[in-house]
Amino acid sequence: MDKKQRHSPSPWGDFWFAQITRSFAIFAFACLAGIIVSLVIGAWPSIEKFGLPFLWTADWNPPGAKFGALIPIYGTLVTSIIALVIAVPISFGIAVFLTELSPLWLRRPLGTAIELLAAIPSIVYGMWGLLVFAPLFGKYIQPLLAKTLGQVPLLGKLFSGPTIGVGLLSAGIILAIMIIPFIASVMRDVFEITPPMLKESAYGVGATTWEVVWSVVLPYTKAGVIGGIILGLGRALGETMAVTFVIGNTNFLSSSSLFMPGNSITSALANEFAEAEPGLHTASLIELGLILFVLTLIVLSCSKLLLMRLSKNEGSKT
Amino acid sequence: MDLHKKRKLVNRIALMLSLGAMAFGLFWLIWILATIVKLGVSGIHLSVFTQMTPPPGSAGGLANAIWGSVTMVGLATLLGTPIGILAGVYLAEYGQNTVLGHMTRFINDILLSAPSIVVGLFVYTAVVLPIGHFSGFAGILALAILVVPVVIRTTENILRLVPNSLREAASALGAPKWVMITQVTIRASQAGILTGILLAVARITGETAPLLFTALSNQFWSTNLNQPMANLPVTIYRFAMSPFSDWQELAWAAVLLITVGVLALNIVARSLFKQKIVS
Repeated sequence: MDKKQRHSPSPWGDFWFAQITRSFAIFAFACLAGIIVSLVIGAWPSIEKFGLPFLWTADWNPPGAKFGALIPIYGTLVTSIIALVIAVPISFGIAVFLTELSPLWLRRPLGTAIELLAAIPSIVYGMWGLLVFAPLFGKYIQPLLAKTLGQVPLLGKLFSGPTIGVGLLSAGIILAIMIIPFIASVMRDVFEITPPMLKESAYGVGATTWEVVWSVVLPYTKAGVIGGIILGLGRALGETMAVTFVIGNTNFLSSSSLFMPGNSITSALANEFAEAEPGLHTASLIELGLILFVLTLIVLSCSKLLLMRLSKNEGSKT
Repeated sequence: MDLHKKRKLVNRIALMLSLGAMAFGLFWLIWILATIVKLGVSGIHLSVFTQMTPPPGSAGGLANAIWGSVTMVGLATLLGTPIGILAGVYLAEYGQNTVLGHMTRFINDILLSAPSIVVGLFVYTAVVLPIGHFSGFAGILALAILVVPVVIRTTENILRLVPNSLREAASALGAPKWVMITQVTIRASQAGILTGILLAVARITGETAPLLFTALSNQFWSTNLNQPMANLPVTIYRFAMSPFSDWQELAWAAVLLITVGVLALNIVARSLFKQKIVS
């Protein structure tokens, strides 16, 4: 045979390719581990000095070298809760509209429009919130809220005080706008996987559109809907720039009013980190970051597990 | 009121509310975009692209910030994309039902939504502190870490859409698995992978938080990646928070540039590949 015989490709090619791709998959682990380890190391001086009470001490005093995370944690939780209270019903409405009401030809453009809300960078929300939204909010909406909701006993405490625009409530509202697309998109996706047979059976026995959504689609997709809501919560907890612009950035909190300026974990980091003294101040800020990361880790894992449960069920039922 | 009428009424109210929710969502989108265009367009002059970021009170532009953003986003994409694609290939072609595959998928989904400021902190403690100064490299690294999960997710999802008959045909011709992957499945999903990359670019273009502690900012034109580097998001942050009206005007111009860029990338990415691949 004078022709050069073609070899079959060496089996090593396969081996190496598999190993290379596998090592990059492990990269994701390395990232997660690296983040946790480096944050723990960076936060260690503060963890050692303040221990667990760091979580519920309200004192944040860089010159006095006293640090407690209560106010940023409070700000993060309160703004995220406000965001969820507003975003969940709105997202549900949007998902219902996109899956049940909208004419077919409008579904894609409207869905894209809502998703574009998520594409707008956080810093843009922040600047718009500070310079456009907050002044109008303080001038018109806050006095209105104080006059109406502010007069209700108990609840009224949340809506009292100076109407300055920036503060926990404005931050919560802007967060709500930012997480609506995430929640709405998950809800729409899970609504769409409801088997048509189920829905048609309900329509067949005379149910209205609303009854089909509320009593058939929603129970079927419960886990996914909750997963989507928690995903939104995870986003809200970690949102930085938008919150930094509108939350007001103060480490003192004297009243329970949502009109008051405050601080969140992320805004404290964005504001103070670059100017922080190396040592305890920096370590305390890194510990804030660690708390935030652990918090979002837990929240996002819950969301993921719920969404996975839904897709498993879906597999077994079809 | 009889039951039938009541049910119809409830239905009508609920559907009206749903329509209202949709209008509410669009209202913010339109309001934000209208503001950006209105305030941004007046700030766009030729000088924005030719001059450096000014000290307060004097005229200037954003040339160094635009350059810095383009450089860092470009290099971060170059760095993060191969990692993401290869890891995505592993998940879709090798590790579908392995423990490593499941765990990577899980962790990747978490990294996808993890707060970007934490990534900034991570790079700060791991890179900036040991080196001793802020640098463009650190910024690139932080952005690359944000690119990877997006590309992993889209690559995996796209590869899974490739019909198995293609894989079987390649194998039947005697192609080893790696040839099958590189020559057949990846080729079949080029458009989708490109979509994923574009979405990743769109995501990091507007990221501010991870750059605050890594690349920081620079008042001057800088091509030295070992030095702090100007970039649009951090410039917007500094200028928007300032009380100077000429700085704010430049910030609006920068916001317009970034928003138009990011939205255009998103729309191109979506039209490139119609199926939904990122959730």
